[in-house]
Amino acid sequence: MTDYLKLSGIDKSYGNTQVLRGINLQVAAGSRTAIVGPSGSGKTTLLRIIAGFEAPNAGSLTLGGGVLADGSHAVPAHQRGIGFVPQEGALFPHLDVSDNIGFGLPRKAVDRQARIHELMNMVALDHALLRARPHEISGGQQQRVALARALALRPKLILLDEPFSALDTGLRVATRQAVAEMLRRAGITTILVTHDQAEALSFADNVAVMRAGRLVQMGAAKEVYQRPVDADTASFLGDAIILPAFVTNGKAHCELGHVNVGDTLLTGLQHIMLRPEQLSIVVENSKRPADTGYSTSHGVVTHMNFLGSTCNLLIILAAAGASFPLPHGVAPSKRSISVNIPTNPEIGVGSHVCITVNGTAHVLRAP
Amino acid sequence: MQSVHSVSVDTSAELAQPGMTAKREPFRRYHPNSEPPPWVIVVVLLVTVCALLPLGFVVWVAIHTGWDTVFALVFRPRMGELLVNSALLVCSTVPLCAVLATALAWLTERSDLPGHRLWSWLAIAPLAIPAFVQSYAWITVTPGLRGLTGGVLVSVFAYFPFLYLPIAAALRRLDPGVEDAAAALGLPPLQVFLRVVLPQLRLALCGGSLLIGLHLLAEYGLYVMIRFDTFTTAIVDQFQSSYNGPAASMLAGVLAVCCLAMLWGEILARGDERYARVGSGAARMPVRQRLGRATLLCLLLPVLTTALALGIPLVTLARWLYIGGTAVWNVPEMAAAIAQTMGLAAGGALLTTLVAVPMAWLSIRAPGRLQRLLETGNYVAGALPGVVVALALVTVTVRLPIYQTAFTIVLAYAILFLPRALVSLRSGISQAPVELEQVARSLGRTPVGALWSVTLRLAAPGAAAGMAMVFLGVTNELTATLMLAPNGVQTLATSFWNYSGELDYAAAAPYALLMVLLSLPMTWMLQTQSKRSAGR
Repeated sequence: MTDYLKLSGIDKSYGNTQVLRGINLQVAAGSRTAIVGPSGSGKTTLLRIIAGFEAPNAGSLTLGGGVLADGSHAVPAHQRGIGFVPQEGALFPHLDVSDNIGFGLPRKAVDRQARIHELMNMVALDHALLRARPHEISGGQQQRVALARALALRPKLILLDEPFSALDTGLRVATRQAVAEMLRRAGITTILVTHDQAEALSFADNVAVMRAGRLVQMGAAKEVYQRPVDADTASFLGDAIILPAFVTNGKAHCELGHVNVGDTLLTGLQHIMLRPEQLSIVVENSKRPADTGYSTSHGVVTHMNFLGSTCNLLIILAAAGASFPLPHGVAPSKRSISVNIPTNPEIGVGSHVCITVNGTAHVLRAP
Repeated sequence: MQSVHSVSVDTSAELAQPGMTAKREPFRRYHPNSEPPPWVIVVVLLVTVCALLPLGFVVWVAIHTGWDTVFALVFRPRMGELLVNSALLVCSTVPLCAVLATALAWLTERSDLPGHRLWSWLAIAPLAIPAFVQSYAWITVTPGLRGLTGGVLVSVFAYFPFLYLPIAAALRRLDPGVEDAAAALGLPPLQVFLRVVLPQLRLALCGGSLLIGLHLLAEYGLYVMIRFDTFTTAIVDQFQSSYNGPAASMLAGVLAVCCLAMLWGEILARGDERYARVGSGAARMPVRQRLGRATLLCLLLPVLTTALALGIPLVTLARWLYIGGTAVWNVPEMAAAIAQTMGLAAGGALLTTLVAVPMAWLSIRAPGRLQRLLETGNYVAGALPGVVVALALVTVTVRLPIYQTAFTIVLAYAILFLPRALVSLRSGISQAPVELEQVARSLGRTPVGALWSVTLRLAAPGAAAGMAMVFLGVTNELTATLMLAPNGVQTLATSFWNYSGELDYAAAAPYALLMVLLSLPMTWMLQTQSKRSAGR
């Protein structure tokens, strides 16, 4: 697929505060990209620059070969033909659902009504709501109307600014899935901005992680989750266990034993990252699982937080030297790790547990 | 009524601001706005320059006249006499109004006074009676009413609602939990009022007092009728005898300085303490104090106030209308006055609202240092009395083709009533979040198109309210209209003024009645606005 939207070297500052620094981003036609980052990382500003509500101080922005912004010149928002769904929908309070959806359509267009009906079908809105006012419909319905309104002009690119954050949890997941499915079927290139990593990973094919005005990583959702570039990104995208390790010959020697790493050429003192789901934890005196060749180590549960179907354990790892010879330069420590496991009545505070690592560890870039 | 009436709305809206900013606004959303389009800034600058014209005039006259003449004109017994008069008037009227308004507001808002809703409306109703109609009624009832005593008496009943409105709104907004806490700490009720409630009324007291003070300095008709000399009456006298001589201008200069000093004093007095409620959750509705056996005694206050502030003017009007019979209803003449008043009021309302749009838009969408400076300029301009504005416009336009035309007087109205239009438009535009404008732009509307089809559409009720306020303000405006109206133009206010000046009080009555009827909607609007500002 070709790059449809292309941002290069986008800088933006307000007064003395630099909000965006040299953003480079390529988005393929028909793909779904999520820009994710903590509050104040500049992701919303980036979205507003793509939409044309703000002009970048430097850098260029092209869409399907046409230049939208380059240096001081910027095409105004109304000439870009980019769909935009703001947070909480922002429906026009003085117009009913039908007029909200048809806002961008020429008023005298012959097929106006037909198009509005078609759009309502597209976002699965009941036609009984045509004449309803925005305040009379539910939050999820408002969000669908906002989406239909943005789709009315058949945009090639649609921007979603945290559109699901105003919905409650159950509705949120359902609406997100419905919207993702609808956009996939329509083949519309989509950019979603969110601070919710789970939303980003589930919604998009590609995830762009932003922090402090920079784009720190961009890639397929799975790739970014499994192979984050640094510790901050790793923890932002989900629970992560980060340990110092001595890496040599495709093995990382650490408190969790000798863990496989993908790269056999890498050597030296590194930090490795494991996702908690890679660990299996069993009580030590129970029947050991068949030796799978995976690394095992031992620990003692010091805290347990019961959460229902799962529970959160704080496990203090056995002295590193006990299970493997310490690599030179790594001080022996009593490191604790925090892991969520399916609730197991056999495990409680004080249990001695055996920890097995499945799969390979990811070696983080040196900070 | 006088020009500075405009500030009334300004102050009530300022008091409303804590409630407005309390609207949930995720901080992430704050984007220091990209620069507003330059043409908006140019228009706003132009409007502000126009609004500051009267102030510029005062400075220009002072420089132009030369120090020696200024010195001779300012430091003379007449000036001292006027200063003492004005100071005495303000210093006696404002505290009396404050006490009366606070007592009434407490009774109607925080006690179980029978009929408190009715009394609350009746406490605001005197706003519908122009001050010069008040004094016309009083002079009819007590022909001997003269000087400072008369001035203070009539002024108190004409202007106390300006303090009642903000104080009642503030009382409605107070969190009763704070009072409960004070009572639990062992304070008796009176102490609770003095140490907890009263300090929280400070902003309302300051704003209302400023408003009344400015009105007292600006009012012309009221004080002419009871023969009490103030700066404004002296300026109009000078103007009528010697046109725009340096004597009138110097008086105007001193008057402007007095107004600005009052503005400054209010800023100092209000302080910078925080009065907004601390903590989350909605405040409970306040509990009404039981009056018990004191009920009858307490009822006396609103009854007496209503009798004096409303009863006297209405009974007098009814009496003059009865005495005049059908003879005073000179229909063609009245129709002409109504038509001309409507024409001027519509023109004034339209122009004022039109020039206020860019300023209001700027202050909501692109707040910044420049915008704050411009807004301060408009605020200061709004405090200047109509007589100064009129004098300035006469001097500026005398060599221009617009001199003695309807345009000049409409321009004067625009300068006088700009703050009114601004306040209403601002609250209207803040109803339309910027996201809506952006969505409209992403759907293919040009920036101006988005402003028109979304923001102004949503701000329309606010704009209409502002227009109505300006319209009604113009209807009752006397001083500037007297000084600037082209020959042959008679408004309701000037017709009333001419007849009462000839002591033909019966012939003046129908005009007074029309003005009162036209002002009723504004009074209603002020009441609902202050209710809304309290969020109830």
